[in-house]
Amino acid sequence: MISNATPLGLLLAVVFGVAFGWLLHRGRVTDYNVIVNQFRWKDFTVLKVMLTAIVVGGLGVLLFVHLGLAKWHVRDANMLGVLVGGGLFGVGMVLYGYCPGTALAAVGTGSLHALVGVFGMIAGAILYAYSFDWVRSTILPVWKLGKVTLSDVTGIPLLVIYLLLTALALVLFGFLEKRSAAG
Amino acid sequence: MITQTAAGIANVPVSSRIDWSPYMAGIGIGVLSWIVFVVVATPIGITTAGSQVAGGVASLFVGQEAVQANPYWATNPFRLDYGTLFLVGTFFGALASALASGRFRLESVPAVWKERFGPSPARRYAAAFIGGIIAMYGARMAGGCTSGNGISQGLQLAVVGWTFLAAMFATGLATAALVFRR
Repeated sequence: MISNATPLGLLLAVVFGVAFGWLLHRGRVTDYNVIVNQFRWKDFTVLKVMLTAIVVGGLGVLLFVHLGLAKWHVRDANMLGVLVGGGLFGVGMVLYGYCPGTALAAVGTGSLHALVGVFGMIAGAILYAYSFDWVRSTILPVWKLGKVTLSDVTGIPLLVIYLLLTALALVLFGFLEKRSAAG
Repeated sequence: MITQTAAGIANVPVSSRIDWSPYMAGIGIGVLSWIVFVVVATPIGITTAGSQVAGGVASLFVGQEAVQANPYWATNPFRLDYGTLFLVGTFFGALASALASGRFRLESVPAVWKERFGPSPARRYAAAFIGGIIAMYGARMAGGCTSGNGISQGLQLAVVGWTFLAAMFATGLATAALVFRR
């Protein structure tokens, strides 16, 4: 493992970031129309990209953790914060037409409205910093579960959930491809 | 908009093809996740670094001391570290891909927006700005965005990741139904 604070780690940050931005563009999720049409049930590109990344990424990381080559990086589930924050995020994402990562990438592809929204995101982060004391004392402490996985809360072994998720993704993708082939 | 035909695609180099399937891009992001977990032990994420950048911007207006005194930025100061350099990379990666595929173009008002709200750039910019505020505020409260929470936590089957995905799609679908209703 390479520390992400070393010069090599910092160089890799740029390299991995470039790969991420490249993949987002090739996956067409830097396109406002593609993202918004996912939420209008008209285009399932976003779902396909995300679910494939989750399944492929998850199975690999599970293997690498098992082999001792990687660690889990599960974060705290502060449920009220995630529910309210995630809920706000969905509203903002549809109005903006991008999420933060695809927005940055979209600016790289020439989207001027994505650039305007980047200034909005900076304003949003500033608002959050100035309301952090309030959020920290009123919202984040409610319904704290800690660093838990779906396996911890259901009792179903991790591998079983991964396999179920993989099966679900394959069935869903099969259905979507059949539907789009049928027009 | 550049349209590529099946016959045309065979003649262009892979770097300029725009016909990657979403599954291919998803596999790419999944494999990139393996690499970052193993090599730098730093899952993909955007908004933690985004709020560091916001702290840097805020310091231009209220000064360094005020930003350092803020309880949020105190633990998350602006600097060129792994997270912020990843953002720089994301921008340049998409730029490189757009240029290599001949798809770079300035866009003020996308087609789907135009069809519903008309050609006014000001109206689109206003929605993008307000949407950006709401999305970033929500992402920070949730502890991450589509990348950090949805993909990086989701792929670990973390409760925080899947709760975020459920909440985000629920309000996103409702908002789209409301905003784009006929």
